[in-house]
Amino acid sequence: MSMKPTLSTAPAKTVEEGLLERRAAVAGILGDTKDMLIVTGLAGSKDDALAAAGDVPTLFTLSGAMGAAAAMGLGLALAQPKKRVVVVTGDGELLMNVGTLATIGVLNPPNLSILCVDNQRYGETGWQESHTGRGVDIAKMAEGGGIKQVRTVTKESEIADASQLMRASNGTSFVLLKVAPTDPGKIHRDRDASYNKTRFRVAVLGKN
Amino acid sequence: MAEAPAWQDQLYDLLREFKVTQFSYVPDAGHRTLINRSIADPDVHSVSLTTEEEGVALQAGAHLGGARSVLLMQSSGVGNCVNFFSLIKHGRFPFLTLVSMRGDFGEANPWQLAMGQSTQPVLEAAGLIVLRAESEDEVLTTARAACTMAYQSEAAVAVLLTQKLLGAKSFSTE
Repeated sequence: MSMKPTLSTAPAKTVEEGLLERRAAVAGILGDTKDMLIVTGLAGSKDDALAAAGDVPTLFTLSGAMGAAAAMGLGLALAQPKKRVVVVTGDGELLMNVGTLATIGVLNPPNLSILCVDNQRYGETGWQESHTGRGVDIAKMAEGGGIKQVRTVTKESEIADASQLMRASNGTSFVLLKVAPTDPGKIHRDRDASYNKTRFRVAVLGKN
Repeated sequence: MAEAPAWQDQLYDLLREFKVTQFSYVPDAGHRTLINRSIADPDVHSVSLTTEEEGVALQAGAHLGGARSVLLMQSSGVGNCVNFFSLIKHGRFPFLTLVSMRGDFGEANPWQLAMGQSTQPVLEAAGLIVLRAESEDEVLTTARAACTMAYQSEAAVAVLLTQKLLGAKSFSTE
């Protein structure tokens, strides 16, 4: 018989001992976001980034086009080489287009950092277990994709180093942040991508 | 391989005239001059994709940062892009792709026909404006019109480089 996923239908009610709470961990790794340009995935990672950075114009959030965040961050990083571009995504979103890690790895833009918030679940669709709960290691995929500076963060003491790497790496960096599968709740943001695009451009370019 | 026709070099010059600085592609014989010129040009990024949809997202990201990008792909790649076109349409991002056709005029490989024949309706259903280039006479005027619509009107535009223009890949006639 083939291996089936562990049946999972709801988030964990509390953060299990030894695991990181996602909101605090993402905020700790991102640190001061005022000089960053941020592109996020959908759902949980979007809300984590919004909680850390606030509803600022220099944050572009996806609510569709799942799998687009990393490639979008790449286009932005190449266009704005003097700015630090951070992609905040989730395990499910990144797995949908994991080849992008290779596209990024061969180019190695020095101003691009990827933070993958890995809760091992598809939280938005009913908390189904994702591949990363079943032995798949996205950090190894990032290394295999040619990204040279890769960290896996599983505990508090590893956050400062990962944060420093994301802010100052000379070459693309990738941080896999393993977190507890809790649901810290949604944060409202306008889903109009055209509006968010325009205010992003005005903030970065001074005009649309 | 045969010498590439002159319009392919002129097409690259046209894209550079429009200040395109990000050339993304999945390698294809129909685009080899553009791809090779982008690799040789120190002033542009040449982005080799693992799947065409990355080039759609790349272009949206480039626009956020004030840069112009183009996606070079074969018609089979259009099918890989469909969900990402929702980012372009909903976000009203400018978008330009040059599509070298397979499964089109005189196709000899039956595997290419399904996607080739559905390429234009799929692009149109996803909200793109489709312009076809059928001959060497019209390819540059068509491409210039597409660049103007995409980069100045901020429309989403696909230019189909048809097999009448490119010639069908030849297979044994048996």
